[in-house]
Amino acid sequence: MLRTFIVGLAAFAVALGAQAQTIKIAILGPMAFVQGENHWAGAEMARDEINKAGGVNVGGKRMQIELIRADTNEIQSVPDSTNAVERVITRDKVDFLIGGFRSEAVLAMQEVAMDYKKLFLGAGAAHSKLGLNVEQNYERYKYWFRITPVKDVDLVRTLFAVMGSIGQQIRTDLKTDTPKVAILAEKAVWTEALVAASQKNLPAMKMEVVGTWQPSATATDVTAELSAIDRAGAHIVFTMLSGPVGISVGRQMGERNMKAVAWGINVEAQKDEFWQAAAGKAQFVSTLDTYAEVEMTPKTIPFVRAFKERFKKAPTYNAATYDAIMILKTAIEQAGTTNADQLVPVLEKLEHVGTGSTATWDKRHDLVWAVGKTAGIAVQWQDGKKVPFWPPTVKGMQPFKMPK
Amino acid sequence: MYALLAIGFSLIFGVARIVNIAHTAFYMLAAYCFYTLLVKTGLGFFLSGLISVGAVTLFSVVCYRLVIEPVREHEAAVLIATIALALVFQELMLFIFGGHFLGIPSTLEGGVRFLGVSIPYQRMLILVVAGIMLVGVWFILYRTRLGLAIRATANDLEVANLMGMNVHRVAMATVAISVSLAAVAGVVVSPVFVVDPFMWLAPLVTMLAIVVLGGLGSLKGSLIGALIIGYVEAITVFAVPAGAYLKGAVALLIMVIVLLARPEGLFGVAFEEER
Repeated sequence: MLRTFIVGLAAFAVALGAQAQTIKIAILGPMAFVQGENHWAGAEMARDEINKAGGVNVGGKRMQIELIRADTNEIQSVPDSTNAVERVITRDKVDFLIGGFRSEAVLAMQEVAMDYKKLFLGAGAAHSKLGLNVEQNYERYKYWFRITPVKDVDLVRTLFAVMGSIGQQIRTDLKTDTPKVAILAEKAVWTEALVAASQKNLPAMKMEVVGTWQPSATATDVTAELSAIDRAGAHIVFTMLSGPVGISVGRQMGERNMKAVAWGINVEAQKDEFWQAAAGKAQFVSTLDTYAEVEMTPKTIPFVRAFKERFKKAPTYNAATYDAIMILKTAIEQAGTTNADQLVPVLEKLEHVGTGSTATWDKRHDLVWAVGKTAGIAVQWQDGKKVPFWPPTVKGMQPFKMPK
Repeated sequence: MYALLAIGFSLIFGVARIVNIAHTAFYMLAAYCFYTLLVKTGLGFFLSGLISVGAVTLFSVVCYRLVIEPVREHEAAVLIATIALALVFQELMLFIFGGHFLGIPSTLEGGVRFLGVSIPYQRMLILVVAGIMLVGVWFILYRTRLGLAIRATANDLEVANLMGMNVHRVAMATVAISVSLAAVAGVVVSPVFVVDPFMWLAPLVTMLAIVVLGGLGSLKGSLIGALIIGYVEAITVFAVPAGAYLKGAVALLIMVIVLLARPEGLFGVAFEEER
């Protein structure tokens, strides 16, 4: 009896020891949706790669990565997302948090993470407030770092950079000095700064803003909006869409044979499934994106190919959870600890060549924006394929096309 | 689409006093069914549509027998039961298909330009199918014995019962007709919109606004209400482009105003005069 007890105790101690050998990372995302699927897929790739290579070297001790899948359900419910963060911190005892998608939810999740002083690497939300919090109250929010995408203001910079080149092409092709632009932005927190900046800057770029239309993110019918845009004679439909309305816009523009070309952010158009969802009508719809088989960094093409081989589809920007885990590994190995307070200064000084960007961080812990480094790429749907066309300096880019 | 949904909703309320919140959830089920049959199994448009409408209608009768009929005497319980049904359908679709947005190819490709406005053939098909369905409903209601029974039950349930009509069967037939209209809407509209587990919510709000505007239980009111709300939504987008997201709110505002000013709606029966 005593021997059984001792053996049991020993087994328990071994189990506890084994548990202590892992670094627990919670992957936060809406797991029933594409965003969460990509969060999880990217993280799985990083985990498998690191663990296969022997784990993370923490001050001379090898530790394996253990992922905790946390469904935040944030697309449907912000409170669900904060509950998920509470749960992984208090019940699963995770060491780090990675993920998030919807800005409103990530702002709420950030608060919970900071309450527990947990390092939180964002892989989905763009709102500036997330970084502004770090600047305004460093001691509380220093555990937050943005991995992808760049903050909303920087997204605008990329959008305008691409818009400039599309505008130039329209001037040449259509022989017009002032291309007409219709702003079509879903009504959401993340588009507020983008819409304001567009209304201010487009005229300065010698483009005429013919109007601003703001449908709901979940709108399924944008007939009235597109009719009005068509009548306004727009050459470019400047999109800022993250919800299913992006599919409706792509499809209904095609059905209406609109001569205007769609450019901007269309999260749905970043997915491989977009062409099917838009019933093959979304010809020439273009969007800001992160991944394509182009040499953004030496790691981009191998990652995209490995992802496609494993998951049978291309990654979306949320799959940068892969980069987040790799960044964490580098920081932990440099610091020799998993202590969040000691990791923060290491991360602040880090330069990481990832799969989608070459990342460095500013005082807000936001990515430092630079074309060819963190600004991302632009892609256009051409005959059922997502074709990368910007920045032109990157190897593998193809021409942007206009509807005829 | 709005007219098909609103008339079905109004019909079941008028006859059986059932406020079926799951009405647009059946519309969603039909869209998923159509997607699966057409895109996944490769059946043709007609066969996929027919099976989808038939299956969802049959399923609605089963739901009626199992969920609604046992609590039919308690209107609040019916309301809660149908909300629960709708949420169960939503979560089931989310579980089976995930939160992906699915597209269905158009039944008819191409379109015409009319007075400078581009109209895809698919939209015209929706109009034609909706028209045929509305004529069909009118025919059933005013030219058949079943229709007579439905109208009699709607007029006075107790008297209809005393006259020997099986009011439970009439209610069940009405549920079937009502849901088949929603299912037809799901089948013809899904090639224009996007199929997803939450697609039942937005039309539910608009449909409620329409039936309140037209008058609860009034089929004519539902048709005219659908036209009015449809135009109001379009006008909202044209008049206030930056407030296009408000079109649902405008529909709801109309509903509230109608409830305050004329609770019986445009063509409904005043509540105090009912039965």
